[in-house]
Amino acid sequence: MDVTRRKLLKLAGLGALGLTAGKYAKVFANNAFTETILTEIGTGKRWAMVVDVRKCLVKEDCRDCINACHTTHNVPDLGNPKDEIKWIWKEDFENVFIDQENHYLKENLKDKRIPIFCNHCDNPPCVRVCPTQATWKREEDGIVMMDWHRCIGCRYCVVACPYGSRSFNWQDPRPYIDNIKSEFPTRSKGVVEKCTFCEKRLAEGKQPACVEACKEKALVFGNLNDQNSEVRKLLKENFSLRRKPGLGTEPEIYYLV
Amino acid sequence: MYDSGKIIIGIIIFIALFTFPTWYLFTSGEAAPMPDLVYPENEDQKECVYSAEYMRASHMDLLNEWRDIVVREGKRSFTTTAGKKFEMSMTNTCLGCHSNKAQFCDQCHNYLEVNPYCWDCHVDPSQLESQ
Repeated sequence: MDVTRRKLLKLAGLGALGLTAGKYAKVFANNAFTETILTEIGTGKRWAMVVDVRKCLVKEDCRDCINACHTTHNVPDLGNPKDEIKWIWKEDFENVFIDQENHYLKENLKDKRIPIFCNHCDNPPCVRVCPTQATWKREEDGIVMMDWHRCIGCRYCVVACPYGSRSFNWQDPRPYIDNIKSEFPTRSKGVVEKCTFCEKRLAEGKQPACVEACKEKALVFGNLNDQNSEVRKLLKENFSLRRKPGLGTEPEIYYLV
Repeated sequence: MYDSGKIIIGIIIFIALFTFPTWYLFTSGEAAPMPDLVYPENEDQKECVYSAEYMRASHMDLLNEWRDIVVREGKRSFTTTAGKKFEMSMTNTCLGCHSNKAQFCDQCHNYLEVNPYCWDCHVDPSQLESQ
């Protein structure tokens, strides 16, 4: 039996292709590939929020969600923007979506303030920089969590977050909390805090406090990995925006405009 | 030795002052006041999550363990060896029975001069009421 060099190379090539055939099949069968990726990531939940700006702007100076959140979580009101602690706050539409560079903004969005939160990114830069893992992404549901016991107050995360979602306690916040709720801890001086998607309320089977407080039903919370969830339905039926998508942080708060 | 008289007197005075707490106790016969605990009177729940001996010695380890399980792993339910379920929460479960922090926690902590920083953030509900 003669095996020429040419024949050997051909056989080796075919053999290599055969060994990796399974992977190629996955890549080229596009749907199947997405499906596998989704099942690989989506073993658990992926919490996300949809903010319907059209509904939110019905009552313009409304602060229901902010008040509900801040009283539930003992967020202090220090009365000056330099020391401000915020879990939810409002910003002009133009400043929230700085990459929407159209000269002529739709009339009903001009100079309108819309609510912003921690985006609970899929690829959170704050988690990358935290030296103590005081902030981390929960693999089971995607929440970017805070462990205040472990925070050393280095503020790397404050710098890393491109959304300004993190506040630092420059002083003991307790004297500045109007009505302390004993069910939730306060924070101490030298600790960073932010929205936790109400993980404690979720564990009790409740919706986040802001979602519950919104009378216009402008905030919708749900599981992105569930195809029949309300958030997925809203995203299927509406055009949505995310904040600074170009940074690759994959924020999980969607805005319908 | 120069000035031996002054030095020796000085040393004697120093030793006398330094050992004051010891010999004062022996001569006066009074010990420092022991911590005076008020135990909770809870009809529904007479047993703690572990035995009193274990809790006395290791409650701080248990609290640290609960903290890690709740915050890092997101699990909140604790089952005792007797099979009873509790929420792992210092403010809601521990202080639910031991509602008088000043007469319970603080008694020993003050006696031993330890200052746990739990209360920098966690809220004592009984203190809120008095405000």
